[in-house]
Amino acid sequence: MSDLLRVENLTTWLATESGIITAVDDVSFSVRPGRALALVGESGSGKSMTCSSIMRLLPASGHIAGGRVLFEGEDLLAKSPAEMEAIRGRKIGMIVQDPMTSLNPLFDVEDQVGEVFRYHLGDRSRRARRPKVLDVLSRVQIPAAEKRLGSYPHEFSGGMRQRVAIALNIACAPKLLIADEPTTALDVTVQQQILALLRDLQRETGMAIILVTHDLHTVQRFCDEVAIMYAGRIVEQGPVAEIFARPAHPYTEGLLRALPQLGGQEDRLPLIPGQPPSLASLPAGCRFAPRCRRATDLCRTEYPDWMATAGETRRSACWYADEVLG
Amino acid sequence: MSAFLSVRDLRKTFPVSRGLFGKPELLHAVAGVSFDVPAGTTFGLVGESGSGKTTIAKMVMAADEPTSGGIVIDGSDIATHGKAERFAFRRLLQPVLQDPYSALSPRMRVDRIIDEPLRIHRTYSSKAARAERVAYLLDAVGLPASAAQRYPNEMSGGQRQRVAIARALALEPRLLVLDEPVSALDVSIQAQILNLLRDLQDRLGLTFLLISHDLAVIGFMSTQVGVLYLGRFVEVGSKETILSDARHPYTLALIASAVPEADAAPVTGEIPSPLSPPSGCVFHTRCPVATDRCRQEVPSLRQLKPNHLVACHFAETTRKETRNA
Repeated sequence: MSDLLRVENLTTWLATESGIITAVDDVSFSVRPGRALALVGESGSGKSMTCSSIMRLLPASGHIAGGRVLFEGEDLLAKSPAEMEAIRGRKIGMIVQDPMTSLNPLFDVEDQVGEVFRYHLGDRSRRARRPKVLDVLSRVQIPAAEKRLGSYPHEFSGGMRQRVAIALNIACAPKLLIADEPTTALDVTVQQQILALLRDLQRETGMAIILVTHDLHTVQRFCDEVAIMYAGRIVEQGPVAEIFARPAHPYTEGLLRALPQLGGQEDRLPLIPGQPPSLASLPAGCRFAPRCRRATDLCRTEYPDWMATAGETRRSACWYADEVLG
Repeated sequence: MSAFLSVRDLRKTFPVSRGLFGKPELLHAVAGVSFDVPAGTTFGLVGESGSGKTTIAKMVMAADEPTSGGIVIDGSDIATHGKAERFAFRRLLQPVLQDPYSALSPRMRVDRIIDEPLRIHRTYSSKAARAERVAYLLDAVGLPASAAQRYPNEMSGGQRQRVAIARALALEPRLLVLDEPVSALDVSIQAQILNLLRDLQDRLGLTFLLISHDLAVIGFMSTQVGVLYLGRFVEVGSKETILSDARHPYTLALIASAVPEADAAPVTGEIPSPLSPPSGCVFHTRCPVATDRCRQEVPSLRQLKPNHLVACHFAETTRKETRNA
C-alpha cells in the first residue's frame, strides 16, 4: 500500500532565549492508511514539534527550515494558509493532551461539534446538523448523547471531554488523526478506554494515526510502527514488535530496560546515566554518545548515517547497530 | 516489628455547598483507612484521581486535620501535638512532591534552599558546619558541588527533584512522604530518581509512604501496597501478593493497564463522584463481574490469607472470572 503521509527531511527551527535551536532535525518517516505510528521521545526530543510542523501550527518563534510533508502526494508545506484551513479538521484531525485547551468553554457540545459540519461541509441549518452531531457523539461512545447536547465542556469529566475532542476531529472522516499525548492527563483505566476507542474508530474508518507519547506500554499495545526521537532526531524506527523485542539503538535499549516491570524483582533499575543534551549546545557526533556505554571516538566525532538493520523495514542511527542487535 | 507509622480508621469529610443557600453535602474523601508501615519499609498507596491518596498524605503530614481516626508516628499521636511538638515533628517527616519546580523557590540559590531548614531548626551551631552539611547532601543525592551555586530554573526536572530530596533530607528525617515523586519526569530520569530513593532508604534506614498512580513504580519501590478506590481500600497486601495474586477486579484492571499482554476484562466507565458513592460495593458500577449482591451489600475488607485483605464478595473466584468476562 502506498504512503498516506510521507515526511522527508523535515527540519524546524525554534527561536529561544539561548538562540536558534533545531527542534526537529532532518526527520523522515511515513504512515500508511489504517496503520498507527508512534512518535516516542522524552520532553524536548521534538516529537510534538514534528506534529505542529506537519499541521503548520508552529508557534510564532518556529520556522520550518526545510524538507517536505507529502500528504496524499501533495506537499503541505507548499499550501496557502487558506488551503491548510480546509485540510485541518477535515482531512487531518488532531487531538491534544488537555481537551480543555481545544474546546471552547463558551459553547455547548452541539454547537462545537456542529461547527465542524458547518465549516467543512457547509451544513447551514442547525436542525439538519443535529442527527450528524448525535451520530458522531454516539460513535465516540458518549452515553445518552441526546441529553448532553446542551452541556458545556466543564460539565464533562476528563475522559468524556477527550471523547468530545475526538468527535470533533473524526466528524469529517479524516484520513489521518494526529494524537499528541491524548491520554496523559487521564486516569489509567480511562486511558485504556480512550485507546480502545481510537483503535475501534481506526478499524471502522481505516484512518491512519500518529500517536505522540512518552509511554512505552501504550506504544506496545496500540501501535504498528514506532519512531524513537532523541534531541530532535529520529534514532530508531521500524515495526513495534521487532524493536521492542530487539532494539538496534542503545537509547531504545536503555529506555526499555529503565522501565520498571510489574513483578520484576530487581533491586535497582538499569539506567541511562546523565540527561538529554540541551538543544542549544549539542555535542559533536552522535547526540546520545555522552550517555552511551558503547560510545567510541567515532561516535563522539561523527553523526551516524542512517543504516538499514535487520531487513529493510528497520533503521537505526547507530554506528554499532548490529552489535546492539546482538 | 512495631510500626513506625500507624494509621487507624482515618476519615476525612469535606462539606461541599450547593449554590449560595444550598445545604452543604458531605464529600467523603477518605472513608475509613487503616494501615501500618514498619520502620525502613515502603508502603505504596495506588489509586486514580479522587481516590483520596493525596488527602491521606496531607493528613499524615499534619497539613490537614482528619475528621476522625488516628495517626501515630514513632509512637506519638499527632493529633495531641502542641506547638513545640509539632515543630519537632517536622524534623521527623518530610515531603517530596510531584512538581519540584513549584516546590522550590525560583529566587533562592540551591545551597540556600537546602540550608533553609537547617537555619530554621538551628541544628548546626556554625555557618561552616551547615555548609558542610549542604555539601554532604548534594553529594548524597548525586549532584555535583557546583550545583550549589545555581538556581532551580537553570536545572532540569530530574536535577530539581534531586534538590527537593536533598532539602527533605537536610534535617535527618525518618519518614518521607513521596507524593508522585517521578510522574513529572521522563522515563530515563524516573529510573535514576527511583534508584536514588532506594539507595537512600537502604543507607539511612528511611521509611517511605509512597503515593503513585503508576503500579509499576509502586511495585518497584514498595514492601506493602494498598489499592485505594473512592477513599477506601479495596485491596491491601505485600507487593508480591498484589502483583501476582491480586483478587479485587479493580486491582486486576490496574495491573492489566500496566502489562501489555494482560488479559483481564477492561473496566468500563469512570470513577463515580464521591459526593454520591454507589450503593453496595463502591466499585460495582464499573466491575466486569458485579452481581445483585454487589449492588446491595457493602463488602467488608476481609482477610483472605495472612497479610492479604480484599473488599470483594467474590475474592476467591475473581481471577478466573475477570478473564472469562
